[in-house]
Amino acid sequence: MFVPFLVLRNALRHKLRTTLTMIGIVVAIVAFGLLRTIVDAWYAGAESSSSARLVTRSAISLVFSLPLNYAQKLRQVPGVASVGWANWFGGVYITESNFFPQFAIDGATYLDMYPEFRLTAEERKAFLVDRQGAIAGRKIADKFGWKVGDQIPIRGTIFPGTWTFTLRAIYDGADAKVDETQFFFHWDYLNEAVKKRFPRRADQVGFYLIEIRDPGEAAEISQRVDTTFKNSLAETLTETEKAFQLGFVAMTEAILVAIQAVSWVIIVIIMAVMANTMAMTARERYSEYATMKAIGFSNGFVARLIFAESIAIALAGGALGIALTFPIAAWFGGLMGTLFPVFFISDETLLMQIGAAVIVGVVAALIPAWRAAQVRIVDGLRSVA
Amino acid sequence: MIAAIPVSYIARNLMARKLTTILTAGGMALVVYVFATVLMLAAGLKETLVATGQPDNVVVIRRGAQTEVQSGVDRVAAAIVESMPDIATGEDGTKLLSKEPVVLISLPKRASGKASNVVIRGVTANGLVLRPQVKIVEGRMFRVGTSEIIAGRAIAEGFRGAAIGETLRFAQRDWTVVGMFDAGRTGFNSEIWGDAEQLLQSFRRLAFSAVIFRLTDSDRFDAIKSDIEGDQRLTLEAKRETQFYADQSEGLAKFISYLGTTISVIFSIGAIIGAMITMYASVASRTSEIGTLRALGFSRAAILAAFLGESLLLGLVGGVIGLVGASFMQMVPISTTNFQTFAEIAFTFTLTPYIVLASLAFALLMGFIGGFLPAARAARLSIVDALRAA
Repeated sequence: MFVPFLVLRNALRHKLRTTLTMIGIVVAIVAFGLLRTIVDAWYAGAESSSSARLVTRSAISLVFSLPLNYAQKLRQVPGVASVGWANWFGGVYITESNFFPQFAIDGATYLDMYPEFRLTAEERKAFLVDRQGAIAGRKIADKFGWKVGDQIPIRGTIFPGTWTFTLRAIYDGADAKVDETQFFFHWDYLNEAVKKRFPRRADQVGFYLIEIRDPGEAAEISQRVDTTFKNSLAETLTETEKAFQLGFVAMTEAILVAIQAVSWVIIVIIMAVMANTMAMTARERYSEYATMKAIGFSNGFVARLIFAESIAIALAGGALGIALTFPIAAWFGGLMGTLFPVFFISDETLLMQIGAAVIVGVVAALIPAWRAAQVRIVDGLRSVA
Repeated sequence: MIAAIPVSYIARNLMARKLTTILTAGGMALVVYVFATVLMLAAGLKETLVATGQPDNVVVIRRGAQTEVQSGVDRVAAAIVESMPDIATGEDGTKLLSKEPVVLISLPKRASGKASNVVIRGVTANGLVLRPQVKIVEGRMFRVGTSEIIAGRAIAEGFRGAAIGETLRFAQRDWTVVGMFDAGRTGFNSEIWGDAEQLLQSFRRLAFSAVIFRLTDSDRFDAIKSDIEGDQRLTLEAKRETQFYADQSEGLAKFISYLGTTISVIFSIGAIIGAMITMYASVASRTSEIGTLRALGFSRAAILAAFLGESLLLGLVGGVIGLVGASFMQMVPISTTNFQTFAEIAFTFTLTPYIVLASLAFALLMGFIGGFLPAARAARLSIVDALRAA
């Protein structure tokens, strides 16, 4: 019992200094956790995607569309269970800052492919029978105060004009990983209007979604699809939904790498602060350590004492930091709104936070412990802080 | 009253405890480094996109479209714009106007093989005249009427198949890269250019994406803008090229600076605490020294100033080290997708005088906040108690 008690009394000797150091660690651990969670949120789209869905799009880039008649050909590809399609609408609701993704979807097939978007049977039917109908995610419906039956005007940027939809359903995600900020409406409605106004752009699909029977066959089926349309006017590129989503993440990789680097910088900063605290603490106690050595305690014991104190302070700060991460992440997630549709702290992040706290405690004690262990009894006894 | 405590005395106090000084200043240096780097990133992006535009040039796109890629201007509309007054005439007597198709193609990066979207722009001879920043540095210009293309420096170096002599396959054709152009620090460096008519043909498009022209007189912009936007036959809008590209950098630049400022503020708390711990320890271990100084006749204000000065000096040292570190970042090129245009953009960290001043001010502020309470404690010590201590 003697040693833990000694460590505790040592740690509390300079209450102000220990408190300040702990606050520093709390801030660092919270910031670290928050940054890690931001990085996770970036990958959320890829994490929640199913491996039984493939995305087929134009081989040139997403800006180019595919003809509607590909749907029939896709259904004939062996291994394909069903085919749905959608167009990115890219509209603006009132102002540009109200961003949320909008898709014109084929209707029933698309909804069947995404069982994670939970709708009641009545709502689903109400949407399917109303050509101008729309479905919105819970998060954006709450954000803009939409209720079922509301008229929602959206200004098109790719498809000019103002488009008005009637909200027929609000979906909830099956779990926390599902994006609740999407907005769906009928592809038919879009196509009818486009046919009248820009006949050349009619009967075009942004991308196809393919449900396959056996997820293990994804690679072969993708290849089969792409060979079917090889050397045609619109060549295709097919990949799993996950690869498709990761492609988006990869485009902004530079920013992600920066955030990740920065999350480690803060750990280094706090390491410097903590090392400083321990260095000062040890320097002030050289005469004590010398006394202990004179009594007969080993160099190792003195070093372990410093390590224990350092790790204890770091862990206490770390625990408090982790506890505070939850409310702060919830607040930040709310503030970011639709920018990060999925925002929650993963177990991995928690483990990394604990690990970071331990590492800070150990590294901070390295030099002071070594110095204290090396100090000669005569010098130590003579030293004045 | 005796004058202030000399600066050399303050500086020597920092030298006396090297490890502590290095750690505290090191923490501050890292914070300033992050702070400056983020500001440099946002400044670099802005500078790149603002420099892309020429003040005399006007970009005409479809009303409501935010980028050239989303826009469509058909031949009739483009011809109407071309017939308008106030458009400058080139040396060969043609109007300085370029009708350009702009699309995105997905290309794999040279280093990682991961795909990213690259702008491919169809230009005419006047397209080059309109952008004097663009210079062919290797190879030659593409020949009109062929499947030849030229690539911007960032693309030629960063993407597979885009260097001179290589070929890219898209839209059922093989396109040979015959030249590399350098457009300085502008967005054009991240583009591929080809013959406008050839690209329209192969992408099977009937409409251009944008019409770009030079004004005879920069002041005539408002007149031609109202002409274009008031014309019943057109659903187009006109923007000055500088404004057009500045708008495109807004989202990403804002995101970078918001995120960066938030992170810097959080980080600075850590560094301020570090300074506070150091300064409190400094005050505690020098109690009798403070008593002596007071007994010699130095005022409380002088003591306060001395300790605050020590802390500010600590901040300054950290700030300078951080800035020096950050200035090396100017050598690192960065390339990412601008989520407003959905296209790749290459830019560099740019150190501006404003950033230097802001970073140093930030470092001094950290020193001031960290040092104020300990300095106040030192100043409040009574002479007798202080002399008796230790």
